[in-house]
Amino acid sequence: MTETLFAQTVAAATGLLLLTAILQVWRRSTEASARLLALQGLALAVLVGAIGLADGAFELVAVAGLVLALKAVALPWALTRTIARSGNRGEDSPRVNPVSGLLAAAALATLAYAVSRPLLALDSGPATHAVPAGLTLVLVGFLVLLTRHQAVSQVIGFLVLDNGIATVAFLTAGGVPLVVELGVLLDVVLVVFILRILSARLELAHGEVDLHELRELRD
Amino acid sequence: MGAMLWLPVLVPVALGALAAAGRGAPWTRLLDLVAALTILATGLVLLTGTLSAPYAASAAGGLLRADALTAYLVVTIGAVATVALWGALSTPGTADGWFTALVCLFLAAMSLAVLADNLGVLWVAIEATTITTAFLVGYHPGRAPLEAAWKYVVLGSVGVAIAFLGIVVLYATSRAAGAPTLSWVELVALAPRLDPEAAKLGVALTILGLATKAGLAPMHSWLPDAHSQAPAPVSGLMSGVLLSVALYAVMRVGVIGDLALGTGFVRGLLLALGLLSLAVAAALMFTQRDYKRLLAYSSIEHMGLMAIGVAIGGPLATTAVLVHMLGHGLIKAALFVQAGRILASEGSTRIGDVTGLLARRPDLAGPFLAGGAALLGLPPFALFFTEVALVVAGWQAGLWAPMALVLALLLLAFAGMSRQLVRMTLGAGGRSLDEPASARLSRGALAPVLAALVVAAGLAALAVPLSGALGSAVESLAVLR
Repeated sequence: MTETLFAQTVAAATGLLLLTAILQVWRRSTEASARLLALQGLALAVLVGAIGLADGAFELVAVAGLVLALKAVALPWALTRTIARSGNRGEDSPRVNPVSGLLAAAALATLAYAVSRPLLALDSGPATHAVPAGLTLVLVGFLVLLTRHQAVSQVIGFLVLDNGIATVAFLTAGGVPLVVELGVLLDVVLVVFILRILSARLELAHGEVDLHELRELRD
Repeated sequence: MGAMLWLPVLVPVALGALAAAGRGAPWTRLLDLVAALTILATGLVLLTGTLSAPYAASAAGGLLRADALTAYLVVTIGAVATVALWGALSTPGTADGWFTALVCLFLAAMSLAVLADNLGVLWVAIEATTITTAFLVGYHPGRAPLEAAWKYVVLGSVGVAIAFLGIVVLYATSRAAGAPTLSWVELVALAPRLDPEAAKLGVALTILGLATKAGLAPMHSWLPDAHSQAPAPVSGLMSGVLLSVALYAVMRVGVIGDLALGTGFVRGLLLALGLLSLAVAAALMFTQRDYKRLLAYSSIEHMGLMAIGVAIGGPLATTAVLVHMLGHGLIKAALFVQAGRILASEGSTRIGDVTGLLARRPDLAGPFLAGGAALLGLPPFALFFTEVALVVAGWQAGLWAPMALVLALLLLAFAGMSRQLVRMTLGAGGRSLDEPASARLSRGALAPVLAALVVAAGLAALAVPLSGALGSAVESLAVLR
């Protein structure tokens, strides 16, 4: 892979990551959120694959395949099924309106650029310059987690956050050691699996899962 | 020696598989206790083995390593788990092969977390504790346990994800310094050459993320829910030792931070988290109406205190933190076991429903009161001595203003906790005495609780023979503060 092609691929992939994160704040429908998540997983897989090809690290290309299978296909598919089964395609009305949400996302992106300055100073390759995009994903994931009501939306927020961390991991270091990388991927799958079971059980216990009704436990 | 490091991880995994395979059979109930005893025995052997040489044992190409601090943590896990699971044997309602299997995996994950000489593996192990305990927290039927489990998994995973971000940053920093590594031994050696700005970001994110798992305020909100809804032995394990395992990881990362950034940064961060935890716990214990939540807030208080101890650093404070860790774990496990029995007998976790328990059920209330006194830091229990040592160490380190605040908050927590304990056990009212008396606890059922309290009381006396082990544990942290 030539230098320019690599730089362009990284730029396109991180752009797509950022765009899908911002749209996540804007869209209300949980189904659209799940589709955006699939697109984001695809962008992440392309990013990892490009870094793998550029470094000649073929285990990273294998990881890219795994990322593609899990984050672009399996997890969004599981979420879509959960949404379809709950029969609630409706809106998840966030606590903030779309405009304030977008403004907040812009502010978070600025914050991400400020915070990642010491990381940019470490290395000046094209990959490192995309690190703030990863941090923006982390912060937007937080925003989604904090402002959404439905259980499914919280899982989506968690996955956006996790995609952000994975982006930073691949961009700054070409990925942490493979054992850890696989452990992290397995872990995400397990967490989503557990959350899915818990939300199904909550739904059985009292209908639709609006997390703002989870107020039984407090002081 | 190296092969022994696998025992605390692999034996519980095997026993867990056995429990899952033979579920329903009565003997599977003993398997988690066997796992706990295996961990305890291995830990004691490792502790004697690591006294002479630092980093005495390693396995799997350095992926697992045991120095005295690790060995001490393995002992703590084994001891606290023994108390909690031994106590669970005579508590009804937790007999299920899956339950035992998950508890075994939980123990294996905690052992792996302290044995791993790799921040990535440490992270995977800590996240595995969340995964294995998720269904244990939501084990009882009903809405409240599910709600607690949901909050626990979401907040726990997010917190730990932030810690992973920090670990990634540390890895990138080590790569820029020319030696990419996640091993804390190598990171400690490399620390002076790390880029300070990037290392600061990495250390801060890692510590903040791990602090979520350690139950430090302001990331503590999952803890009272999870610890009050989980079955008694799981609460005991989570409060007694899981929080300490997370704090152990903070200690390891803190050393890297000290060497890379000077001593001020980590100390300031941990002091702030610790003082805030103390304040939150003290305020909420005053108004608490639920005795299991009271115990959970007491855990936040003690974790805050230990975080302050880590912040102070130095031999005296670090020794105090380690003894406090074991003492608090034993007492808290015993108290949760006893709280589970009170719940089984009285059918309520509200303090108002069980007032005057000492007159009706001295077998339930007596040990609970004694354990409560131990938690409050009354002599002869170890927590009295460790709390005094912590404050003295802080004073010597010139932190007199934070120490004055610590003393004031401890006093407030003391008042809040003792008020609730007195209401529960000695208070007037409650149910009438002529209610049909339920069966008394047998002596065997009380044995684990009493054993834990006796050991916690004797820890101060044990400090002299233990000093060698504690000394090497402190040395292996190489604390400079």
